[in-house]
Amino acid sequence: MAGNVFYWIVFVGTALTAIFAAVMVITRRSPIHSAMFLILNFLCIAVLYLLLNSQFIAIVQVMIYAGAIMMLVIFVIMLLNVEEEERRRKISASPAQIIGVVLVLILFAQLIYGVGVYVLPGEWSEFTRERITQIGDIKAVAGLLFTKFLFPFEVASILLLVGIIGAVILSKKER
Amino acid sequence: MEFFQVQFSKADLLVVAPELVLAGFALLILLMSAFIRSERKGFLGYTALVGVIVAFVSLYWEMGIEASAFSDMVRIDPFSLFFKVMILIIVLLTVLISLAYVKREGIDFGEYYVLVFFAAVGMMLMASGANLLIIFLGLEVMSISIYILAGIMRDDVRSVEAAFKYFLLGAFASAFLLYGIALTYASTGTLDLGGIGRILAERTWINGLPILITGLALLIVGFGFKIALVPFHMWTPDVYEGAPTSVTAFMATGVKAAGFAAFVRVFFFALPSLQPYWTEIMWGLAVATMTVGNIIALSQDNIKRMLAYSSIAHAGYILVAFVAGNELGQSSILFYLLAYCFMNLGAFTVVILLGKKGEENTLISDYAGLGFGHPLLAVAMAIFMFSLAGVPPTAGFMAKFYVFSAAVKANYYWLAVIGVLNSAVAAYYYLRVLIYMYFREPEKELTIGGFSPAAVLAVIISVWGVLHIGILPSAFLSLARRSIEFLL
Repeated sequence: MAGNVFYWIVFVGTALTAIFAAVMVITRRSPIHSAMFLILNFLCIAVLYLLLNSQFIAIVQVMIYAGAIMMLVIFVIMLLNVEEEERRRKISASPAQIIGVVLVLILFAQLIYGVGVYVLPGEWSEFTRERITQIGDIKAVAGLLFTKFLFPFEVASILLLVGIIGAVILSKKER
Repeated sequence: MEFFQVQFSKADLLVVAPELVLAGFALLILLMSAFIRSERKGFLGYTALVGVIVAFVSLYWEMGIEASAFSDMVRIDPFSLFFKVMILIIVLLTVLISLAYVKREGIDFGEYYVLVFFAAVGMMLMASGANLLIIFLGLEVMSISIYILAGIMRDDVRSVEAAFKYFLLGAFASAFLLYGIALTYASTGTLDLGGIGRILAERTWINGLPILITGLALLIVGFGFKIALVPFHMWTPDVYEGAPTSVTAFMATGVKAAGFAAFVRVFFFALPSLQPYWTEIMWGLAVATMTVGNIIALSQDNIKRMLAYSSIAHAGYILVAFVAGNELGQSSILFYLLAYCFMNLGAFTVVILLGKKGEENTLISDYAGLGFGHPLLAVAMAIFMFSLAGVPPTAGFMAKFYVFSAAVKANYYWLAVIGVLNSAVAAYYYLRVLIYMYFREPEKELTIGGFSPAAVLAVIISVWGVLHIGILPSAFLSLARRSIEFLL
């Protein structure tokens, strides 16, 4: 029971922090501050993965997102010397924006309703919590990635190659 | 630990043979372009041509078999074979029209063909994917290649704008699609299309309908963006206008074909049990897409923008067949796409032939007097315009005829009426091109700037396609029916 209470305290704490950080990301005027809050958000989500018993995903989230990708983002911000955004004087809303907000709220309500009747896949799918614990977290991911999902894994390599070609061709100087 | 075993054999490779061929040739061209001398760059285009032909040959072993490979990730069946052939035709025509065009516009890098090939690999994976993961990866491979192709003219502001706009909106739309896939997975516990279909048919899903319906809606947004349905069409005119014309031709036909292939497979194969839920949405989307596309096209003076809005309208007609959902409706989706790919590629090829370096001649008024200056080219353009408008005896007429009769058969009378009224509106702006070509004095000297035998060959193939499908449609319709009936 005590463990359960602890679980809920951690969950509610990180979830609220994640939402707070996400809001701060889009409201800060300085890009660096936004980036910092994005790191906080990624870390909170890593904790949420841990609570869902996915240690491997949590580690990957910290290493790749909070670590590597955010490092690149900050690097680019520094290199480009992005300045603070001008503060907008008035908040004016065009009809399109109002319709957009209404639609987003409807989508949000739908999601909340959907999640309300939601059971975690980990409780009924092929890979239950017990099974994962028995096989091992990383082993389960790797086992699936290199057997059942081998083909998508290979296709992803083409995707990355296309990305590299694009970066070269769009940014290289005229010959 | 049975799930660690690799199930993988030589037969699996055969299922993705054309994809492997195209990817292999793409890598070959990439390597060649690093070593080839710049005055012999034209050679890369011919290598690409050889690649397409080898890919066609590799399809020979896939004929008539039905199999799945790589633990049910991709399938070869009549449906994917149909789309693979269609995508290869599109790639062939694109390469043919690009040979001279890329040289003229100074974009004759090897990477151009490499990206076209990788985009085609993505399209084929979308058509043959039996798993939502593969469909998503195929869509991303295709989209990212096309974003780059749209911006490959780096010195042209409009090209860069097109690429940037398409990339930002496209990434956003991909997120919608991915969210839809995630919610579908959340409620069915599988990404396998057949598995989803089974679970829905047996109603053994765990998490109930609400989350599944939300996922369905997000999937519609994701696919709707790629095939340019209203209201997800905002990017289309700017991107079609700004991108190099050969790329516009490629994406107007290829992306649409692949998008519809994945759309049809996901909705008719995996989610048919939810048909009552999505039919209403599609009805509204079809009406909005046809009407908005046609009405805005009326006021366009630039032929590339006009064709962009017309492509939106055509997506609407195809959606009518989608709503009808009966046997004729489903086969007419494939029939329409095939007809559309010939007539649209043909029209864009004529646009390319009339352009010059630095002077694209894309205003409709530039076509004044074409009928006297270049009678043969004008006749070809007239055939494409008649076909797009839906005048017999062209492919466009038969395609529209099948689509609307499918709607009537399924008792969607209003939808058919709205569709026919829309075709009447559409005739105005297609025939306007003809009026300029034949009844107006030329405002300036029109010379064929990018004349090339290959592009002329592409026009001839397109004319042949449009007329053959239009005059003898029954063989193509029964081919389309055979390609899709096993999905039911």
